[in-house]
Amino acid sequence: MSLFDHKVSELQQMLQTKEISVRDLVSESYSRIKDVDGKVQAFLTLDEENAWKKADELDAKLARGEAKGPLFGMPIGIKDNIVTKGLRTTCASKILDNFDPIYDATVMERLQQNETITIGKLNMDEFAMGSSTENSAFQKTANPWDLTAVPGGSSGGSAAAVAAGEVPFSLGSDTGGSIRQPASYCGVVGMKPTYGRVSRYGLVAFASSLDQIGPITRNVEDNAYLLQAIAGIDPMDGTSAHIEVPDFTKALTGDIKGLKIAVPKEYLGEGVSPEVRQSVLDSLKVLESLGASYEEVSLPHSKYALSTYYILSSSEASANLSRFDGVRYGHRTENAENLLEMYKQTRAEGFGDEVKRRIMLGTFALSSGYYDAYYKKAQKVRTLIKNDFEKVFDQYDVIVGPTAPTPAFKMGENTKDPLTMYANDILTIPVNLAGVPGISVPNGFSKGLPIGLQIIGKHFDESTVYKVAHAFEQATDFHKQKPSLQGVE
Amino acid sequence: MTRISKEEAKHVANLARLAITEEETEIITKQLDSIITFAEHLNELDTANIEPTTHVLHMKNVLREDKSAPGLPREEVLKNAPDHQDGQIRVPGIME
Repeated sequence: MSLFDHKVSELQQMLQTKEISVRDLVSESYSRIKDVDGKVQAFLTLDEENAWKKADELDAKLARGEAKGPLFGMPIGIKDNIVTKGLRTTCASKILDNFDPIYDATVMERLQQNETITIGKLNMDEFAMGSSTENSAFQKTANPWDLTAVPGGSSGGSAAAVAAGEVPFSLGSDTGGSIRQPASYCGVVGMKPTYGRVSRYGLVAFASSLDQIGPITRNVEDNAYLLQAIAGIDPMDGTSAHIEVPDFTKALTGDIKGLKIAVPKEYLGEGVSPEVRQSVLDSLKVLESLGASYEEVSLPHSKYALSTYYILSSSEASANLSRFDGVRYGHRTENAENLLEMYKQTRAEGFGDEVKRRIMLGTFALSSGYYDAYYKKAQKVRTLIKNDFEKVFDQYDVIVGPTAPTPAFKMGENTKDPLTMYANDILTIPVNLAGVPGISVPNGFSKGLPIGLQIIGKHFDESTVYKVAHAFEQATDFHKQKPSLQGVE
Repeated sequence: MTRISKEEAKHVANLARLAITEEETEIITKQLDSIITFAEHLNELDTANIEPTTHVLHMKNVLREDKSAPGLPREEVLKNAPDHQDGQIRVPGIME
């Protein structure tokens, strides 16, 4: 049994009663990483020296009776697009291979206030563009349930590290499903908060109107604690919302009697595998047995979400990624005679194929003569998609459906055609376009691979999302199963 | 019908400040064309009277007090610069 089979609240109790030390927790992380990360390949950079130093500091505090807060002394892994002062941050891109940030993201400051310990930085699709973590310039992360399958993406390292027991929890980021889809593929809990709930300051921007940082954990309670720590307004992010952050753990009552669930027919239609559809239907029965009711609804513009998303997110990315030009940081080509050539060559050498493809698509959609036809059109369709959600939420408390249309696919299976890879995100993308919160919780298995249930809530109503996710989790035992790390143990 | 020609792809690559080879132009033209063709199903929707959504939250004019504060220290900023001299970032020449 691993220490990380315990919930964070139990680990905290064990710390307070001196049953374990902070050093024990850090040791659990690094020894597990040494045992299994050669196969899983979740971590890009470890911060071992600082982590041990911090562990000693915190153990001294603990001895003085100064330990406080639910996250005190807890090891955590951080997706490599969140800047960490003095700790290499690459976005899994060659263009940032040698980048050492000179400031901390706001979420990192919040974690420090909560006295967590950063174990290291986690692999991802380059600049968060992808659904399998295969677009990392450095390494391919494996799915702990089947080492020949992908962990999902783009927060594949964050989900795989938690599933493999290397850290009790991690932070990821979600622009079109990048927390929820890998959580689903790896059998863990992943929350994309409401847009504006968590500061994006220090998150390397992909699509600024869609990006959110969120927690990936082994259970719903840990997830609520971690979101609590990082949520709230930040003067450094003008889009962080001036809305009070409730105590999320108060929602974990198990009581969902009278709750009204909407099930969009579009989320169980074409492209969704029979096993995934069945697992959702079974889960709805579980929720019904707990006193909730459900009805079929329609989100009629769902089929337009994928195109809308790719136009908008790529357009925003083309602008955001213009900062990587070889001038102030990152890679610079050695083969340039003049400035223009330096920009072009640096970017050609530094970016991978998917990133280039999206920069090109975005630049095209924003270019003179095409702006109205593509970019503005997509913004208008975004309004229709957002309105679909608002209409349903007038009558229902949450929307429930699958997180991804299938369980994890094999490495290399979807790399040929960008459009098939994009289709993995059809059920998560609308949530980002509408800006509402969504969580993925384990709700079944297909041929040994986990499946995730997606629960979507109203703007800033993460509490109800957690309430439903927690009630479901308590009534089932999918979250208690652990991956085999086939070939490892 | 193709939506995008090789010349257009080259033009876009130039706007995006990406050097691309002939071979890459070939591939990316095809891929962009298929993505754009796919995206054109958005035209099925009548959006004449629909307002565009640029942002999901109803916030406007998020302002702060107009007060100066020190920026990042210069020596720190220069740490990640590929080339610098006398406290300035150095780049290749702009003109011949």
